Amino acid sequence: MVAHSNNRPSRRALAALALDRRRMLALGGLAAGAGALGACGSNTGRGSSDGVNLYQWYHQYGEAGTKEAAEKYAAAYEDATVSINWVPGDYDTTLSSGLLAENPGDYPDVFESHLNRSMVDSGQIVPLDDLFDGVLDDFTDIDVKRNSIDGKIYGIQMIDDPQFLYYRPSLLADAGVAEPATFDDLAAAAAELTTSDVKGLFLGNDDSATKLFQPIVFSAGQTLLTDDFQIGFDKDTVIAGALQVKALHESGSLLIGAPTEAWDPSSIIQGLCAIQWCGLWALPQIIDTYGDDIAVMPFPGFAGGAQTVYNGGWSTFVNAKSEHVDEAKAFAKWLWIDNEEYIQDWCLSYGFHIPPRKSMAANADALAEGPAATAVQISQDYGWGDDPNWTPTMETAVDDMMTHIVLEGADPSAEFDTAAQTIQTELDSIFG
Amino acid sequence: MAVSTEAAAPDAAAGAGGRAPRPRRRTGGWRTALTFWYFVGPFLIGLLVFTYIPVVWSAYLSFFDARNTVTPLPEDFVGLGNYARMLQDAAFTDSLVTFTVFAAFVVPLTFACSLGLALLLNRVRLMRAFFRSVFFLPFSCSYVVASLVWKMSIFNGVRYGMANSVLDLFGIEDVPWLFDPSPPWYWLVIVSLRLWIQCGFYMILFIAALQQIPEHLYEAAYVDGAKPGRQTFWHITLPQLRATSVAVLMLILIAAYQAFDEFYNLIGNQAYARPPLMYLYTTALGTQQDLGRGSAGALILALIIAIVTVLQGRFLGFGNAEEK
Repeated sequence: MVAHSNNRPSRRALAALALDRRRMLALGGLAAGAGALGACGSNTGRGSSDGVNLYQWYHQYGEAGTKEAAEKYAAAYEDATVSINWVPGDYDTTLSSGLLAENPGDYPDVFESHLNRSMVDSGQIVPLDDLFDGVLDDFTDIDVKRNSIDGKIYGIQMIDDPQFLYYRPSLLADAGVAEPATFDDLAAAAAELTTSDVKGLFLGNDDSATKLFQPIVFSAGQTLLTDDFQIGFDKDTVIAGALQVKALHESGSLLIGAPTEAWDPSSIIQGLCAIQWCGLWALPQIIDTYGDDIAVMPFPGFAGGAQTVYNGGWSTFVNAKSEHVDEAKAFAKWLWIDNEEYIQDWCLSYGFHIPPRKSMAANADALAEGPAATAVQISQDYGWGDDPNWTPTMETAVDDMMTHIVLEGADPSAEFDTAAQTIQTELDSIFG
Repeated sequence: MAVSTEAAAPDAAAGAGGRAPRPRRRTGGWRTALTFWYFVGPFLIGLLVFTYIPVVWSAYLSFFDARNTVTPLPEDFVGLGNYARMLQDAAFTDSLVTFTVFAAFVVPLTFACSLGLALLLNRVRLMRAFFRSVFFLPFSCSYVVASLVWKMSIFNGVRYGMANSVLDLFGIEDVPWLFDPSPPWYWLVIVSLRLWIQCGFYMILFIAALQQIPEHLYEAAYVDGAKPGRQTFWHITLPQLRATSVAVLMLILIAAYQAFDEFYNLIGNQAYARPPLMYLYTTALGTQQDLGRGSAGALILALIIAIVTVLQGRFLGFGNAEEK
């Protein structure tokens, strides 16, 4: 029956068509497979020109115009073709896997990040000491220290971002509250400023407890790690500070669960809080909203300790895997050490950042007066910076300790011991 | 397993009929095998490249101090050191506790809700397809998108969040839903989100199983005097759903073990609500890049999932349920 009907011309044509279709499918499948395999090999990311191609990675800056600025700088460099990879979302993770990649173009030649000892131990980055000839003294001690491991400098500080408290003087004046200098004053002010619609203080949503660990340590004049790589803070200081933070959390005057995190000034701009932890970068945006009615202050001292300011920022590194290490170093030096015009543009035209070179910071007119000048001053007077030997594992250990003590009411002594044990194990595994 | 079934089938057919000429049979076998590999091959290659090789590689990495590298040097060999560190690591063991709490909430609730929805929809005569689609639709929504809606609009901690606006009507103060673990309101947010997304899918499985139950069982029960409702549900519907129920329970539990997206997007890396995958992610792939410890933790977790699944299968009789 089937054979018979297949003999009819129309059916035969259809059968041939079906066969063709099948063959087409097979050929199509082969072609697609070949294409996919070919793509694996050919996607080296190289440009078509004969010159040197460099790939530079940035995290996504929040301020409008920053991406265009980065592209402008890249285009202006004449000794190589520089392509920008502007990474939105979780930059650290994307960068980490990028640094493991094998093909040029899949990994960055020049990238911004924060120095960590493991980057040096695993040979991911090259030392840049020779780029600092004659200009090393023009960088702050904090910036040199945070970019150095075992006496070698690996990173060029691109921007300095002090973080502190913003407040509206009019709100404090209305409530009859003076600028708080101690943590207890701050807690009292936050309680005083809290109304049914506005909370007194915003430190962050997910990190309002954890981010105060380092202020506790530095307020007491201690450090995270000593110079011989031992734990640099003591139990009594940390526990006393953590219990103060716990009391603040239980007072109900903290804004928690805001739609944006503390690096974004939206909470204070929308009037959700009277005082907010944020960075210098947000100052232009906040001034747009409140004009003169904005001031900044260092984070108050804990239990008789000093006031503190966390000096954040970003640094540029050169990938040791790069095929063009020397060219990448030359580009990094051109853009982030020598090029005052672009450094000033990057630091002052979008959000505000302090140019890391002291000579350039002195020329930064936008930072010469008002809250910006105060921010620069307090960052110099009270600032501390990151320690590249303090690993993310150690930070997680103290973050968990703070969360357990402050938010969950766990036994402070036991929590401290657990965290100290984790840090010691990590220290032993690195330096032991 | 599938290969042997395919290969055995033509022989069995030839044995029964015995008339097919040899050469043709051989060609048929070859063709069948080719067709088989044509369809299964790409999937198998994908499975090999993206699952099995990484698993084996991960097992290899778990014995090394592999920070920032997937090709550690021989001198970085640390034996079982990574396993010991993970098992002594309070953050990792706490994450297993977090998971257990999460599973204790989400597994029975998802099961009950999807079964309840299926029973209701199975009785509905009006606009059946509409209701099925409506409840199934959330399953097509990504966890990331749903998390953002839950976090920023419904369970936002400020006065204009949807839940807080409702509380405001009753004069109740704003609740920071996600970032204050005492009381642990974040479980409400996490569990409600997962229920919203998952229930529709398991509901479809239950509806399919409900339609397989022969109508005559209910008729016979009615004749014997059983009242429709609770009696027939406990003595007919539930026992008939046994195979599906066991499979659904296992799927829900495994899905719970894989929970990551909503925790990551709703809460981030918080000590009080950090499931195992979240911790392993930050250890191996976040800023830590400690692939040795991350791999050891992943294998410990895989072992736990395997043991629980086998035990659950034994306990609930997965596999032989259908034969019964």
